[in-house]
Amino acid sequence: MSQSVLDAETPAVAPAPKQQSARSKAWLRRAPLLPALLFTILVTQIPFLVTVIYSFQSWNLVRPGSRHFVGLRNYVDVFADSQFRGAMLNTVVLTVVCVLVSMVLGLFLALLLDRKFIGRGVVRTLLITPFLILPAAGALLWKTTMFDPTYGLLNFALGTNTDWLAQYPLGAVMTQIVWQWTPFMMLLILAGLQGQSREVLEAASVDGAGRFRTFWSITLPQLTRYLQLAVLLGAIYIVNSFDAIFLMTQGGPGTASTNLPYYIYQRAFEGFDIGQSSAMGVIVVVLTLLVATFALRLMFRTFGLSEVK
Amino acid sequence: MRTANPLGRWALTAFTWLIAILFVFPLLWMVLTAFKQESDAYTDPPRLLFTPTLEQFAGILERGFLPYLGNSAFVTVVSTLLVLVLAVPAAYALSIAAVPATRDVLGFFLSTKMLPIVAAIIPLYVISQNIGLLDNVWALIVLYTGMNLPLAVWMLRSFFLEVPREMIEAGRIDGAPLPTLLYRVVLPVVAPGIAATALICVIFSWTEFFYAVNLTAAQAGTVPVFLVGFITSEGLYWAQLSAAALLASLPVMIIGWVAQNHLVRGLSMGAVK
Repeated sequence: MSQSVLDAETPAVAPAPKQQSARSKAWLRRAPLLPALLFTILVTQIPFLVTVIYSFQSWNLVRPGSRHFVGLRNYVDVFADSQFRGAMLNTVVLTVVCVLVSMVLGLFLALLLDRKFIGRGVVRTLLITPFLILPAAGALLWKTTMFDPTYGLLNFALGTNTDWLAQYPLGAVMTQIVWQWTPFMMLLILAGLQGQSREVLEAASVDGAGRFRTFWSITLPQLTRYLQLAVLLGAIYIVNSFDAIFLMTQGGPGTASTNLPYYIYQRAFEGFDIGQSSAMGVIVVVLTLLVATFALRLMFRTFGLSEVK
Repeated sequence: MRTANPLGRWALTAFTWLIAILFVFPLLWMVLTAFKQESDAYTDPPRLLFTPTLEQFAGILERGFLPYLGNSAFVTVVSTLLVLVLAVPAAYALSIAAVPATRDVLGFFLSTKMLPIVAAIIPLYVISQNIGLLDNVWALIVLYTGMNLPLAVWMLRSFFLEVPREMIEAGRIDGAPLPTLLYRVVLPVVAPGIAATALICVIFSWTEFFYAVNLTAAQAGTVPVFLVGFITSEGLYWAQLSAAALLASLPVMIIGWVAQNHLVRGLSMGAVK
């Protein structure tokens, strides 16, 4: 590794003609980058290209030899599939609700943490912990100790007798996801709060601006960029939610809490329909890319800003 | 938030503590339940006082927890090392000795984080099956390396950019050879960043569920796969489940606590310091 780093900077003392040496120098400069780049292309791009190829085939693993090219047939079937549309709707609802709710909660917790008080470090450590435990562990704990209709703490605390996972499956799953992602939002927003300029805040208080006024017209505008970043990064992760659904509701009852990742998983690994599940995968990627181009631009802006700092 | 009167300050502190304890209550309850007998674990009303026991931890070991723990440790450590070996030079070539089109390369790395992994799982399954890597730790190692590499490149780059240019220039003018320069000037500045990046990669590898559950089983299963065994027996083994959840999460919890000052940077891929 360090060898290639050295090469990049050592003047190439090749006996070759000048032009060629310039070219090899450029390649030497790229050398430290290439292994990582090639590895990433191989591991992340090739499988996706293969998915695209599969999506044009009719291929069920249970019927060997059934594999053949069908053109756009899978896409037509997928769009006609009402369960797919239901899963798509659930994905949108789940992502939007979870991102917004965890952001509001995260903002609330960050504001509480943005002052000196006894045990602040401990409180902060406590609050980030739901993000650190295994999501699988969190999902199973919520399913049993919190949501269980007979012995769950939630019914005990509320004095109710509700079968949460059966009656509100999507809500229950979202509760767990919000619980897990709120610390993430809190940390990003807290960084934003602590990054704001003290002078401006002091000037505001000297000018007699109340706390609410200061928050509304000074803190919030400064936080905008952090909030955008939190929303986009949160959305990228939450769109892919799988653990909570797999472990808490199995997408049910029926398909009430099935999102796209879980539905694709079901079609591929329980229905063995490689062609159709691949077509769904491609559709998900296209939809994600629409959001992603926006996210990319934002990352660059944010990053540019912090570079100047 | 600033409050002038001391009473209000105390009230706000108490309120903050209350909220924090409520928020992590499911976890506090998990810790309590892990030390219960099964008969104390599901009672109505829930039981706060009980005779603590280590029985559940023994039970988990009996259920064969250790091989899963070993797989998780192996996959996490090896993939994190691989990530560093690949990402450190790459980050260097995207910051200090920046290659042309650095921006495009960075954009490419970032865009791979945005591809939904579900779109790749089918070929990955078929390929793993064909080359005999199904239920093999190396499949996970390769995939986790690919998963964490973009994040590591971005995060490390943000640390490399903190190396003062003047220091590098000064060293160069003094005629220091590149290895010396890297070792004496660059490394001391980025070493904490490399450590922080490694910890973030460890957290993400350890907690990863989707690849693990689809590509591994009894042989190469990691800790989250062990937990899946509890869905079928839900309701009957809450205490054991809590003990398993606690044991499985403890390593990353500790790492996260240790790295909490770098967590934001890792989660935002270096964008927020």
